[in-house]
Amino acid sequence: MMSSTALPELAAGDGDGYMTLSLAAATTASEYASVASTFDPLLSASPASPPTHAAFSLSPASSSFVDPPSYADVAASSSPHYASGSSSASPRSTRAAGSEYAFIAVSDPAPEAEPAATSLVPGSTPTYISYLVTSVRRGEQRRHAVRRRFRDFVTLADRLAEAFRGHFVPPRPDKNTVESQVMQRDEFVAQRRAALERYLCRLSEHPAIGPSDELRIFLQAEGKMPLPSSTDVASRMLDGAARLPRQLLGEETVSAPHDVVQPAKGGRDLLRIFKELKQSLVSDWAGVKPPVVEEDMEFLEKKQKLQDWEQQLTSASQQAEALVKAQQDMGETMGTLGLALIKLTKFETEEAMYGSQRIRAADSKRIATAAVKASRACRDLNTQTVKYLDTLHEHLGIMLSVHTAFNDRASALLTVQTLMSDLASLQSRIEKLEAAASKIFGGDRSRLRKVEELRETIRATEDAKCSALREYERIKVTTMLHAFC
Amino acid sequence: MISAERSQSQSPRSPAAAGAPFLTISVTDPVKMGTGVQSYISYRVITKTNLPEFEGQEKIVIRRYSDFEWLHDRLAEKYKGIFIPPLPEKNAVEKFRFSKEFIEMRCQALDLFVNRIASHPELKQTEDFRIFLQADEEKMDRARSYETGIFKKPSDFLQMFKDVQSKVSDVVLGKEKPVEESTPEYEKLKNYIFELENHLAEAQKQAFRLVKRHRELGQSLADFGKAIKLLGACEGDSLEKVFSEVGSKSEMLSVKLQREADNLLFHFEEPLKDYVRSVQSIKATMVDRANAFRQHFDLDQERKYKELNLEKLKFMNPEKFSETEVEFRELKADSEEATKRFEHIVAVMEEELARFQEQKTADIGLAFHEFAKGQAKLAKDIADAWRSVLPKLEACSTS
Repeated sequence: MMSSTALPELAAGDGDGYMTLSLAAATTASEYASVASTFDPLLSASPASPPTHAAFSLSPASSSFVDPPSYADVAASSSPHYASGSSSASPRSTRAAGSEYAFIAVSDPAPEAEPAATSLVPGSTPTYISYLVTSVRRGEQRRHAVRRRFRDFVTLADRLAEAFRGHFVPPRPDKNTVESQVMQRDEFVAQRRAALERYLCRLSEHPAIGPSDELRIFLQAEGKMPLPSSTDVASRMLDGAARLPRQLLGEETVSAPHDVVQPAKGGRDLLRIFKELKQSLVSDWAGVKPPVVEEDMEFLEKKQKLQDWEQQLTSASQQAEALVKAQQDMGETMGTLGLALIKLTKFETEEAMYGSQRIRAADSKRIATAAVKASRACRDLNTQTVKYLDTLHEHLGIMLSVHTAFNDRASALLTVQTLMSDLASLQSRIEKLEAAASKIFGGDRSRLRKVEELRETIRATEDAKCSALREYERIKVTTMLHAFC
Repeated sequence: MISAERSQSQSPRSPAAAGAPFLTISVTDPVKMGTGVQSYISYRVITKTNLPEFEGQEKIVIRRYSDFEWLHDRLAEKYKGIFIPPLPEKNAVEKFRFSKEFIEMRCQALDLFVNRIASHPELKQTEDFRIFLQADEEKMDRARSYETGIFKKPSDFLQMFKDVQSKVSDVVLGKEKPVEESTPEYEKLKNYIFELENHLAEAQKQAFRLVKRHRELGQSLADFGKAIKLLGACEGDSLEKVFSEVGSKSEMLSVKLQREADNLLFHFEEPLKDYVRSVQSIKATMVDRANAFRQHFDLDQERKYKELNLEKLKFMNPEKFSETEVEFRELKADSEEATKRFEHIVAVMEEELARFQEQKTADIGLAFHEFAKGQAKLAKDIADAWRSVLPKLEACSTS
């Protein structure tokens, strides 16, 4: 339903999960089967003297399910794509056919000193980690290798978010500064490295972003990151605040067409932000129907479906996690049981005064060993399952980009609505002025001039409106295409 | 040794040798009686026998837990040295009292109790046992309230008095620590029993926890199955079908897990618990043995002391001598009796121990067998379920 790569990935991932489940279960079955088949006290003759419990015949009923399948059977049926337990360190060949880059890898995390930093403590400059990013574009031979730091990835993500409004842009790995303090350094770096690699692969598989310039520059341009970095909120606010007086005084009333293509929020144009906020309030509270609405029923329907899907996916992922936890607990308890039985065994063997005790000890030892082995199998199972849970989480992550795209669409719509109401109010002002001017004999030069200015403004606003509308339409098309191919 | 006559009893060992004399007992059909605070559970005890000591071929009586307790206490009093089969716990907590599982397990344990008595060479011939199996309910009620009252037999009083006396004299004479039997073998046995109880209790605790885990995993699987089905419904088409199947398998496995949890509870955890109880019963016998030893020892000491005195008295005070001699002869008789009692307990315990070990090997072996079987079957079912879904999932992923 979504992009054709995403869900089959989930299915196959689950498939692997189930295969491992069955592998582990098969192991367990064989463990217990070997214990069960060695004796069957129900069939033993009444024990006259203790020590003669030799091998007992296996009752036909119980042997019906004690032959577990061999490892070979299960392993042979594994799907060709996923060698079980593929190590996370190996570079991911981008899977989908048609992905732009045949090979992307992130490796070799190395600390580098901050260039322009002065430190208070001599001998310890603040450092950051940089990663080696290697890539080969599909159809080319040349292998590119550049060094990038996490901040560069953030920049890339921001540029892409701007350039591909309406598209489902895959979310980048979190900054999570808290985790970076709490975790061990090496573990954290390894985790981040893997996440960055996955992120780049997903970008490359994206039909629009894969072939994009931004991505190409990021992967291939040597030296320092050439894409303009995003400035933080504070400086943007300051810029915006600087312009606001001029805007209020009427000098810069109209947003340029190229500006309206970007969402108002997060930009520098405070006036625009306020206007659009007002517009959204008008639409919501006053119940006034804005001139352009989200009319596309089909879109709304599909949006609802996506939301349902997200909800189910979340719930399924939660249940999957609970399942893993339950299985983990089971494995643990099985292990402690095994240990308790081993202690009992040891004790009985040491203190044995009767032959029957020794037999009992031998039995409980076998059971104990089986229990411990089963516990280990459970643990292995869980490590595998957790990996596949990650796939579920990735999909949830994609939902994030879906929401962003929908927000893009909504904000584009809002921009259009605001501009249109601007236009409407400008138009009515002109009418009023003309009406007033016509009443004065000989014309009112100042008013007429005002009217001229207003007409200019209207034209500029019309341009802006057209461009905003175009942007909105484009986003509409993109979101529809994207989501529902 | 499985009886062919067993109807609903869950006991794995009721005695029935092929051929002439047989005695088959089953405890079944627990029914709640009464209301509120005074409610209790009654059980049906069915005895089938051809032994002459019993009235008729088949007898059915209604008994409640305190009746079993009465039987247990009577046997424990009279037959010191024998490991009386243990009873299930009286009642854990009021609110758990009538849970279905608790009642079933108790019924099973009571059945085991009765059958163990029936297969013990000495105990099965006792009058008390016959009364328990055959007396009508009124008579049973009377017997029970007579015994469990504060009223005790006169000989008990005397015994208690003597015990107190000897304790006092010990303290007064400075022998504060009661004398204990301390042969190396008996020491070894004591240690063994005490440690065994610890190990077993630990194993039983883990077994109980394992039962809980099975139930939790079962619940998880059920929830997961449901969630996956809903997710599939969102997807539609072929994915929906596959997901729905995955969900169904998950739910099916959940049922199996719950069943295995029950199985574990009854056939693995309960036998372990029973083992613990048996060991506790042995400890009770060891207390009896210690008491018997002390009596024997004290009386023996007294006798020796009096004997010496008597010799002296013979020469110094001939009149007093004949009086004292009579007393001495009584004392000697008592002492010999105490010694005999003690030695009897020792001998019986030896036999009992051998029997106990044998029986335990079989019981626990069976429990382990059930455990392994259950787990193997469960694991196979799980493997089969997931394996059957694999090809469909793979078909989906490659499309």
